[in-house]
Amino acid sequence: MADCVFRVGGEGGEGVISTGELLTLTLARAGYEIYTFRTYPAEIKGGHANYQVRASDKLLLSQGAQVDVLVAFNEEAYQKHIKDLRSGGVLLYDADSFTPPPADSAIFYGIPLTSLATEKVGVKLTKNIVSLGVMSSLFDIPIETFEELLKERFGRKGETVVQKNLQALRVGYDYIKTQQKKDAIRLGPGPRQAKELVMSGNESLALGAIASGLKFYFGYPITPATDIMEFLAKELPKIGGFVVQTEDEISALGAVLGASFSGAKAMTATSGPGFSLMIEMLGLAEMSETPAVVVDVQRVGPSTGMPTKTEQGDLYLAVYGGHGSCPRVVLALSSVEDCFYGIMQAFNIAERFQMPVIVLSDQYLGHRKATVPKPDPSRVQIINRLAPTAEELKAGYKRYRFTDSGVSPMAVPGTEGGHYVAEGLEHDEIGYPAASNHENHLRMTEKRYKKFQAVEAIANELVNLYGVEHPEIGIIGWGSSEGVIREAVQMAVDQGYSVGALHPKILYPQPLAKLRPFIEGAKAVIIPELNYTGQFATLLRKRFALDFIQLNKVIGLPFTPREIFDKIVEVAEHVRAGRRNLAARV
Amino acid sequence: MAQVKEYQGLVKPDWCPGCGDFGVLNALQRALADLDIAPHNVLVVSGIGCSSNLPGFIRAYGFHGLHGRSLPVAAGAKLANHELTVIAAGGDGDGYGIGAGHFIHTCRRNFNMTYIVMDNQIYGLTTGQASPTTEKDIRTKSTPEGTIEIPLNPVALALTCGATYVARGFSGENLQLANLMKGAIEHKGFALVDVFSPCVTYNKHNTYPWFKERIYKLEDEKHDPANFQAAMERAFEWGNRIPIGLFFKVERPTYEDEEPALRSGPLVRQPLRRTNLAAVMEEFL
Repeated sequence: MADCVFRVGGEGGEGVISTGELLTLTLARAGYEIYTFRTYPAEIKGGHANYQVRASDKLLLSQGAQVDVLVAFNEEAYQKHIKDLRSGGVLLYDADSFTPPPADSAIFYGIPLTSLATEKVGVKLTKNIVSLGVMSSLFDIPIETFEELLKERFGRKGETVVQKNLQALRVGYDYIKTQQKKDAIRLGPGPRQAKELVMSGNESLALGAIASGLKFYFGYPITPATDIMEFLAKELPKIGGFVVQTEDEISALGAVLGASFSGAKAMTATSGPGFSLMIEMLGLAEMSETPAVVVDVQRVGPSTGMPTKTEQGDLYLAVYGGHGSCPRVVLALSSVEDCFYGIMQAFNIAERFQMPVIVLSDQYLGHRKATVPKPDPSRVQIINRLAPTAEELKAGYKRYRFTDSGVSPMAVPGTEGGHYVAEGLEHDEIGYPAASNHENHLRMTEKRYKKFQAVEAIANELVNLYGVEHPEIGIIGWGSSEGVIREAVQMAVDQGYSVGALHPKILYPQPLAKLRPFIEGAKAVIIPELNYTGQFATLLRKRFALDFIQLNKVIGLPFTPREIFDKIVEVAEHVRAGRRNLAARV
Repeated sequence: MAQVKEYQGLVKPDWCPGCGDFGVLNALQRALADLDIAPHNVLVVSGIGCSSNLPGFIRAYGFHGLHGRSLPVAAGAKLANHELTVIAAGGDGDGYGIGAGHFIHTCRRNFNMTYIVMDNQIYGLTTGQASPTTEKDIRTKSTPEGTIEIPLNPVALALTCGATYVARGFSGENLQLANLMKGAIEHKGFALVDVFSPCVTYNKHNTYPWFKERIYKLEDEKHDPANFQAAMERAFEWGNRIPIGLFFKVERPTYEDEEPALRSGPLVRQPLRRTNLAAVMEEFL
């Protein structure tokens, strides 16, 4: 079984990211499943950058625990990452840049990357491509695939650039052939025949939005959500839509509501600071019953926080941000593939129930790439908003008519007889302001919450379950931690633990029919979250008497399967010892 | 030609008797009737404030949204269906205070829509605080010793930000106001109609008689609206003589003109070219 974690590290601007990307695509095309992980500095030039690529012949659920191959372009990269290199792993380093102290635990290859690039290729910047040539030869990764990619990638820059890069690849490839191979890593062609897409979470989400019928994207640049806007700016015109960059995030969501009011599907994406600005517009969407999709690719907060690092800290804001009683839906995306289908669900819920849907992703998911089977949009049937009938338009159309479902038909401007005023003030059935009618406010609030209750019913379908179905130890996670938790659960089950994980993809309203038996049947429930206070655990404590065991991590990095696994083992010991006070925070 | 009453909503305006906004509403209904635009093809978007209640009093589609945020909503609605006649409306606090950021950027984007600001130089709905256009040294509930800062100049601001139709009216000059609005709606591009719309309850300084003593019409002095420099000079006239009328008008391609996706009609009516989705996916293989 092949399962190999590569990590490339160096100075920002040294080609770390492009090395990682080329390796990713080559391994994917060679037939491997891929799971990448990126951390990069907030600065544009300089600062430490690294890119991790995990390749395997089976489905990958996490970035991996240890590193098999570390490529260090400079000493800082070596010092930062050598501790993660597994015993017997391989270190490839630029021998022109530094010399690491000898170690028995790993296999070292010192390659004069800089001088090979300068002297043999004549372009110092190609040292990262030289390193790819080395890896191609050393680990038996098809060089033809690298060559094909370099031609595609640099073709636009002219033949000279292509030739220099191909030459650099060969220089590395030939150089290492003269050295003794000391390690046992050999990949060769991967098992998968069918081509899969290699996409980031943000790209998958944007693609899913297009498949949902998105026509407008309004947005303001913000890390780590900007690439959604950039992708759509390029691709949306091909389908029949476009992107407008607005002056701020308030305007972005305002324009989404305007476009949606006019009958078009529209969305915006942002991160915490921008999402904070959108809160008043969310309230307007709720009150005026205008469908809208808002994506929050979370990063470390509060305030500007750590813009390029990951966290799950915006859940409270997504659920509770706003004044008044706010019927809204909060979804959390769990994997690169789920980004595609999850955003389609978001559009369907927004359209069907005429309310805002907040979709939580994060930097870890948004920026990591994975191989995914070609998405099939027909798997999610597209739902469009309810329109008034010809009879309703003839006889005194009421935009906010009380109905059994709480959903009232929504006319599109340009329709004769359908004119109404979408209201941010409390209003009556017609849409006339009713800011002093107390009983009407109660009825209207109930109408809006009827829609929310209807979402509760479908929430129970948006849940994944892994491991033991009725476990002794349950895990409830959310969002991008799904794969990591799933891998940890598998490790624990393999060792005989009674462990299962429930992973809701909708956090508000909650899938109570699924949560209740799971929680009540378990002896202990762990809730791992990348935030300090346990935001989802707090939401669940409102619903269930059990005091959940929180596992919180707030260093701007995702969980590893090992961390979750260790927690399972620890809790299992408490359970076996019959200790009642499991809730001690760790 | 359509009749004014076709544009009258079923709700009676809740403005104070004598409020300048009555004149603005009448002028707008007159302009729409003269232009014969069917009510179901008109959208009036507003913010919050006395004047922002206007969409409820007019028979058309409306969006009565958030304080200061009428322009983003109007822009989104216009882009989705650019065959609609889109009019944003609100007050000076709404447009030049809390919504100033949206105002300047909407000017430079040159969407084909009209923005009517009912400028009473005071916050009326909150019962009388200083606004961005309150003159210096005026005592209000929030400035009992008089305002310290100088007022914002909406006409000059719109000119510098790239608005392609910049006019100012007075609700006491209804015929001229209706004509300015007609010109604004007919103009291809972003049109500002700033209107002196006196607040009879909370602004005891800028009253009808105060304006009547000072205003003069630009058209009476042979002002050339094609002359940007002249428009700028007129924009800074204040005090004993205050100009109303059309300051500036220029043809420049609108945002909608320049957006290729809109060339084959309103996007809301265009079918999705789903087959192209497969081609987009190919890029990730």
